[in-house]
Amino acid sequence: MSHSTSTFDSLQLKNVGRSFGGQDALVGLNLTIRQGEFIALLGPSGCGKSTALNCIAGLLPLTHGEILIDAERVDLLPAERRDFGMVFQNYALFPHLTVEKNIAFGLQMRKVPKPEIKRRVAEAIALVKLEQHATKLPGQLSGGQQQRVAIARAVVVEPRLVLMDEPLSNLDAKLRLEMRTEIRRLHLALGLTTLYVTHDQEEALSMADRLVVLREGRVQQIGTPEELHNSPANAHVADFMGYRNLIDLTVTAVDGSAVTIGDHALSLRGTACEPVAVGARVRAAIRPEDLLVVPPTASARGDNTVSATVTVVEYHGREFAVGVTTATGRSLHVRSDHPPVVGSTVELTADPARVLVFPSEAIDLDSLSVDERELAEVRQ
Amino acid sequence: MSRGQTTKSTASLRHRLAERGIDSSLLMLVPALIFAVALFIYPFSYGIGLTFQPSAATQAQWGTSIFANYIAFFNDPFIFDSIWLTMRLALPVALFNVVVAVPVAFKLRHKFVGKKFLTILLVLPITLGTVLTAQGLLIFAGRQGWLNRFLLDIGLIDAPLALVNNYLGVVFSLIISGFPFAFLLISSYLSGIDPSIEAAAKTMGADWLQRFRRVILPLLAPGLATTFILTFVLAFSVFPSARLVGDAMGSTRVMALMAFRAFGEQNDYPMASTIAIMMGLVELVVIAVVLVWRSFMYKGSTGGKG
Repeated sequence: MSHSTSTFDSLQLKNVGRSFGGQDALVGLNLTIRQGEFIALLGPSGCGKSTALNCIAGLLPLTHGEILIDAERVDLLPAERRDFGMVFQNYALFPHLTVEKNIAFGLQMRKVPKPEIKRRVAEAIALVKLEQHATKLPGQLSGGQQQRVAIARAVVVEPRLVLMDEPLSNLDAKLRLEMRTEIRRLHLALGLTTLYVTHDQEEALSMADRLVVLREGRVQQIGTPEELHNSPANAHVADFMGYRNLIDLTVTAVDGSAVTIGDHALSLRGTACEPVAVGARVRAAIRPEDLLVVPPTASARGDNTVSATVTVVEYHGREFAVGVTTATGRSLHVRSDHPPVVGSTVELTADPARVLVFPSEAIDLDSLSVDERELAEVRQ
Repeated sequence: MSRGQTTKSTASLRHRLAERGIDSSLLMLVPALIFAVALFIYPFSYGIGLTFQPSAATQAQWGTSIFANYIAFFNDPFIFDSIWLTMRLALPVALFNVVVAVPVAFKLRHKFVGKKFLTILLVLPITLGTVLTAQGLLIFAGRQGWLNRFLLDIGLIDAPLALVNNYLGVVFSLIISGFPFAFLLISSYLSGIDPSIEAAAKTMGADWLQRFRRVILPLLAPGLATTFILTFVLAFSVFPSARLVGDAMGSTRVMALMAFRAFGEQNDYPMASTIAIMMGLVELVVIAVVLVWRSFMYKGSTGGKG
């Protein structure tokens, strides 16, 4: 698609916030998006990511902050004049218009001359490989095909920014992987600046140039996939980035960032992400892939180990996913290259560099109700 | 099952019947069936039969053929003109109800302060009977009514406006009773359109007029057709208000009044039946026209909760 529409150097979100009747759905979102970047907004449901997207699209007015494109305010423009393209979670195709006419809609609104509309629609249809379905109604298409139409419809106008609201969440697992590659391919081919909302960390990590992790309306971390994957800013981000083992322990020794943590039954060496003191309560985050079962053939006890009882073994092709329980009753997810016997005791080992230690969020026991306090004590 | 040839089913007859929807649950339809036969099919057929048994008076004037009633209907201008008089009331009223209900329903889709109050206010007239509405109109809009007295007092008019006991009076009464239905129906059709479809049109650069014309209206059209038909039928069979707030022997001499006159005043039951049957036929013609128009519109799902 040769037509280059208005481009920009940077799109700036300044302290963007949205509250609904006193409830903050999004607080203080600061982000600068460069031309051509693919940004993923990542977070669990209810974290404010869709609110952020709708605010940027202009479908929801902001309650705080401003949105600037090269110093020009766009948050005061109505949605139809922002020149953004949007892909909706439920596709939101016009059910009464054919695929062609759905895709042509945006161009017609922009009063593009007819022959050019025809050419660009044909190009867009070819781009998403829907040539055989051009004259069908959306109702006659499969979910994946509908999503392709929705994407073609959003990109055909070559908008300044493409917004995607969980576009793959209604597709089955196989199609989701295909479309993920497809969207990435389109992004590389067209170079359109994209803001992509998802709750799937794998999706975000594999597609985006940069990720924004949100939790309860607040930004937790902004960074490249590598940064988020290897050094999450806090235990919440770690949890979201696949650190499935979150263990609450106490610091027993500190040597710079190398710390030793444990309770009366186990002791582990890890890396502190923030300075911690001896005696502090911390939360250790370890990926299942970084917590391995020591093979029985290995020489004696390995380094930095914990012993635990095998409770469940799943076959994952090249390796085994193993569920174990420690002596103190903690459930851990680990990996093994051999199938351990359920009920047997195994040694687990972890690289201290891959055991991330975060200070626990202080829970003020006095502020809790009796029930909550009992629950918190049980958890400790 | 292999393609091209059907294997003989080994299931029991009962099972095979159930597969086609024939089982004991059909008994649940019995009460409805009894009512339909006793209160509609039998009287309706009887009425059609009556139309072919013209009374002595009709035969004396329009010949002895069994079609004498129909000959009378089409040739007696006093009766035949009532089609036009009824149409003149029902068509504009139905059109007005639909056209005005659309923007109101549109506005009431979104939350705002006083929305509930306004909705109740709009729907409340359903609870008023036609007679009560007519009575109210007479008192409010009559020559000595509050409205005329108020307008006279503030000097806006010199002589009282003739708002009742004529064509206008019936129009008002029909709008008061028909609008709530139109509004409720269109509201529910509108809520059946997925709001994200409109949001999508918005992000694609369509202003509100373009969104309405190119997206909402085509999706709403089948609902508008249905609503129009219902309010039209409601208005077409107008009877009490045509008499109470209309000009029963003049501009609002509607078909229902003519049928009542034949039956109640002339004791000509066959002629009354004929007028009733013709009323139904005229309605069917209008409905057919609307349905043909509707068949050119998109009819599938509108993506919403429908």
